[in-house]
Amino acid sequence: MDSAEGPVTEKIAGANVEILRRGKGRPVLFLHPHIGIHGSERFIELLAREAQVIAPSHPGFGHSELPKGMSSVDDMSYFYLDLIEELGLRDLVVVGASFGGWIAAEIASKTCERLSRLVLLGAVGAKFGERDKSDLLDIFATPRSRWEELSFRDPAVWLRDYESLPEEELTAMARNREATALFAWNPYMYNPKLKARLHRIRVPALFLWGAHDGFAPLSYGRSFCAAVPGAKFEEIAEAGHFPHMEQPEAVARHVIGFASDRPRRRGDTR
Amino acid sequence: MRIYHFSEQPCPDAWAPEHKSLRVILPSRNCDPRVMAENYHHRLDEWMLADELGLDIMINEHHATATCCCPVAAVPLAILARQTQRARLLTLGYPIANRLDPVRVAEEFAMIDVISRGRLEMGLVRGVPYEVPLSVRSAVGQMDRFWEAHDLIIKAMTSIDGPFDWQGEHFQYRNVNVWPRVYQQPHPPVWITGRSPQNIREIAERGYVLGTFLSGFQTKDLFDHYRKACADLGRPAPAPDRFSYLGIVAIAQDRKEAMRRAEVMVGYLRSSGRVAEPFATPPGYFSVKDAARMIKARGKRGTTTREGKFVDTHHGAIEDLVKAGIMFVGTPDDVYGQLAEFVDNVGGLGHFLMMGHAGHMTHAEAVDQITLVAKEVLPRLQKPRAASKQAA
Repeated sequence: MDSAEGPVTEKIAGANVEILRRGKGRPVLFLHPHIGIHGSERFIELLAREAQVIAPSHPGFGHSELPKGMSSVDDMSYFYLDLIEELGLRDLVVVGASFGGWIAAEIASKTCERLSRLVLLGAVGAKFGERDKSDLLDIFATPRSRWEELSFRDPAVWLRDYESLPEEELTAMARNREATALFAWNPYMYNPKLKARLHRIRVPALFLWGAHDGFAPLSYGRSFCAAVPGAKFEEIAEAGHFPHMEQPEAVARHVIGFASDRPRRRGDTR
Repeated sequence: MRIYHFSEQPCPDAWAPEHKSLRVILPSRNCDPRVMAENYHHRLDEWMLADELGLDIMINEHHATATCCCPVAAVPLAILARQTQRARLLTLGYPIANRLDPVRVAEEFAMIDVISRGRLEMGLVRGVPYEVPLSVRSAVGQMDRFWEAHDLIIKAMTSIDGPFDWQGEHFQYRNVNVWPRVYQQPHPPVWITGRSPQNIREIAERGYVLGTFLSGFQTKDLFDHYRKACADLGRPAPAPDRFSYLGIVAIAQDRKEAMRRAEVMVGYLRSSGRVAEPFATPPGYFSVKDAARMIKARGKRGTTTREGKFVDTHHGAIEDLVKAGIMFVGTPDDVYGQLAEFVDNVGGLGHFLMMGHAGHMTHAEAVDQITLVAKEVLPRLQKPRAASKQAA
């Protein structure tokens, strides 16, 4: 596929969603973070050298339609199970970053039937800490410049000149922010049910965490990893909450290496 | 024409220049409860005086702020329901899309209506953006939730033949059966605040009182949306009692003192704009189009004078705020003149909501203001005058 081509709009489970498709071969489903797909392009291109990358904008995000009644990541994970079936994907590697990692964990906790690997990059979605404190940085209560500082080792990879952004990009940013509030306002960035379902993840899982993550601390990542049977944890140097944006080469290398191990399943033999 | 005395029941001692936000994050350590007890008693006394002198009463609520230290409007309403004799008791209002228990709202309202022997005016509001960070639900779909809460409250109040179940999109209840039955049948009058044409149309369709705050000489356009909605529905032109407006009044026997009071009160406007950045534009509160525009450049809130000059609501000079119809300042003659002109400009006004106490204003000053308005302004506004102008 021509790498200059932008996302195409496809109808999935009755909703028009934009999907960026790159590369050939083994399918990789990339689930972008709450800040949208902008900034993940380089990582997607690197993965596409070795695999067929399917990178949708989540319903409600970017320019993807929000189906009526969809209001939780639980709903969203059923949408993605439909997508996986409708696109006929098998032996699928699911890679989710931050909020996208939450979706990935919800998908895998429901069924791993068509999955072979799960990679979670600074994933959120489960609650591990004290009840009187959020485990995660509250972006809705933090000035933008401050959460950018805490989320990135170097915010330059993300910062844009808002003044000169085209209307379409501003609309996508506004929709990303609104959709994040719809799905993650309260309970903030987690589903109270997810932690108890993580044991159902029956494919090899890899957690990659930015060594300087000021949004979801390393200790949170380690707790999350410990709740997924057999999962491995790796720190990514010189990266914050979005390691695939700040260190795309290193993260792509990890993902491709992990995915190229001979596919095998643990536990479930169905 | 009725005039409602209103104070936000502030905690002005907690305001300090170093506080970047008087909303959401200001620690309550800054509130001295002994001082606040005095404040509450003074405000209640002022409302009781308003009742005695022929004014009506307005209460509001905000949360986690020093600018309005009344997080539960039902509390002063309940006290005043018992302690006053004749005044209408308006709350404008309950933020029903942020509160999660519409049936509890119906129960509070019902009790206040009965204790006051039918004097409750039931105001429902969407709430300002910086209330959203304090809500367990986000602003996404807030208006849908608002109308469902409204529908449930009205049904709960008007269902007098035993329980019903509510299985809506946002709220689910079993055995809704509100006691006591409301005093005013079929339910107390409903007021709703609105600023967008769509929202005003929804208020007009239901025949409710439209609430507008500090919109100055732009208010006529808002009322015109209401009038147009009525015309489109083939209904007669709405009476002035379908319209209300909130402005700030600084009044004294001499102009110099009135200006001094205005300076004290304008401190309220200056400070109420102090909201920390992440709380000013909560996601979902504004349309995607407006939110996209705000990413580019933060817009200032304001209105215009009759001559079309832009006046920043939170930072304008007092003279400009008077010209814009946000403040009414001067002797009783001046204030009467300014109000009469405003009423004519908007094409008739049934309810003037008077912020008659604000900021650091003392109890004695508030008492003087209430007395002057009740004795020297209201009677003149209630006299029929230039009826042809009102109809224009």
